[in-house]
Amino acid sequence: MPHAPPRETAVDGRFGPYGGRYVPETLVAALDDLSALYDAVRGDAAFWEEYETLLRDVVGRPSRLSEAPRLSDLVGARVLLKREDLNHTGAHKINNAIGQALLARRMGKRRIIAETGAGQHGVATATVCARFDLECVVYMGEADVARQALNVYRMRLLGATVVPVSSGTRTLKDATNEALRDWVTNVPTTHYIIGSVVGPDPFPRMVRDFQSVIGREARAQVLERIGGLPHTVVACVGGGSNAIGMFSGFLNDDAVALVGVEAAGEGIATGRHSATLSAGTPGVLHGSLSYLLQDADGQVLPAHSISAGLDYPGVGPEHSWLRDEGRVTYHAVDDGEALAAFQLMARLEGIIPALETAHAIAWITRSRGRWSRDQAVLLCLSGRGDKDVAHVAATIGTPS
Amino acid sequence: MLVPYLTAGFPTIADSRAALRVADEYADILEVGVPFSDPLADGPTIQASSFRALTNGMTLAGTLALIADSQLRAPVVLFTYFNPVLRYGVDRLLRDAASAGVAGLLLTDLPSGADPAVEAAVQASALDLIRLVAPTTRRDRMQRAVAGAEGFLYLIARLGVTGASATVATELAASIARVRDVSPLPIAVGFGVSTPAQARTVADLADGVVIGSALVDVLGREGVPAAGRFLARIRAALDER
Repeated sequence: MPHAPPRETAVDGRFGPYGGRYVPETLVAALDDLSALYDAVRGDAAFWEEYETLLRDVVGRPSRLSEAPRLSDLVGARVLLKREDLNHTGAHKINNAIGQALLARRMGKRRIIAETGAGQHGVATATVCARFDLECVVYMGEADVARQALNVYRMRLLGATVVPVSSGTRTLKDATNEALRDWVTNVPTTHYIIGSVVGPDPFPRMVRDFQSVIGREARAQVLERIGGLPHTVVACVGGGSNAIGMFSGFLNDDAVALVGVEAAGEGIATGRHSATLSAGTPGVLHGSLSYLLQDADGQVLPAHSISAGLDYPGVGPEHSWLRDEGRVTYHAVDDGEALAAFQLMARLEGIIPALETAHAIAWITRSRGRWSRDQAVLLCLSGRGDKDVAHVAATIGTPS
Repeated sequence: MLVPYLTAGFPTIADSRAALRVADEYADILEVGVPFSDPLADGPTIQASSFRALTNGMTLAGTLALIADSQLRAPVVLFTYFNPVLRYGVDRLLRDAASAGVAGLLLTDLPSGADPAVEAAVQASALDLIRLVAPTTRRDRMQRAVAGAEGFLYLIARLGVTGASATVATELAASIARVRDVSPLPIAVGFGVSTPAQARTVADLADGVVIGSALVDVLGREGVPAAGRFLARIRAALDER
């Protein structure tokens, strides 16, 4: 399957009103350079050929499309799983890390920084840096360092420096602040590999393009498997990179329902959640205008989710646009539902999903009865849950 | 021109008001920072002052009230991230800030061209639009970076703390020359000046010196009178020239 990025929907770095480039002047030159390079690369077949070769060789793509027979019985629809969990390093994050590492190499930048929440993006970036012989520094909130200890060790094993961030809420939001501060300071030598479809333009476009391989493969695989399109496509949304990657393959298929699932944490009513699109308002964080959890004074509110990868008060600007346009509907699933789906998936299908992904699974099980048996529901199984096992064990104890 | 920076609401609301009044005695222009939950352009000192101010209950509206209450002599530049302004309402902020006696607005994360409607609104208002120029601002962007700037230009000059002062002066002089090429506005330089000698070096080359983190640090550790003494020493160094 020849790789090409999807048709560009952003105009001047904005999706409708969202996106843009709200950054200190210090970063403008770097973003100008990155945009110019990326705009050139977008039409460069040689770049995408190398990217595709690496996806095959390093990541193990194309990722499988699996049936989920027992989950299908429970839900009353034909559930199909796009197995990003089977990628090298265990999640979709590496698709983007490889693409951006190639860009860094083209720019002659040999130092890479990244932020990480669950640690999956950090591990993917550390892996790619080892492969390309690049220096790697990963910023991670102290709270996440504690709950994702396995991934911290993996990153260090891969040769990365992990910097715990103790400011603010000590999670992904603050790790991103710290990575941006590093970038402001070291921008001539350093490329910042943002892990999701967030940040100033061109990051949301670039990361989407590098994740669009998910949707492109999945669409072809589903067509081949069932001879038609899925009824519904479902993905979890924190910053929203696996969801954008998956949705980008189906945006022009008007009959396909697209569903993004956010983290309701302890419940939206409690205020302790990460349901940015369900309960937020437009604001500026980390360089772009998008939905945001904020108070009446424009201060960013702490997010909460049992899943470190969804524990973020912002969301990618393209999601905000897709929400307002009504092309994608967004729902929220709480910690308890996600934990139940985590266990259910293990028992029913023999797959331990990432806690992030478990939110999307929970929405599907919650929605049983909405489909008929011959309708297909395509789930982006964005990552595997090995990293979460210790945290889940500490939360719910030993399964009976 | 001496331009002290203080974070509104730090270290306490009362001491913040006292510090503004003390700084006003030495300042040609006062920069007042609006605390923000995610100050990604700031180093540890201003970050910490920002978080403390938020804990003290400081807000954008509170900052304007503090400025109005303090009856300051020096022109005040409001130094803020964009989101609190967006949430408050751009037009409402421009109106209320002018009523509070604010003279200029510096939006840390709104570089020239990022949001033309907002930039035009500031220019059309009673407030001056203060622009930042960075060491990474290239010659081909310089014209655009200072487009529509009013009042003065804030030049972020990254000067190493070690190394020969002659080298430092040469680099800064070159940066300033690049800015003077494109704008007749006075240039204030902020780069973490922390001693009277550094202030003097900068003042010999630029039109103004911004004292930010070093002042906030003294205020937080030693209190308002010590912050006043610190500014008095800087002022004396500038006046001796």
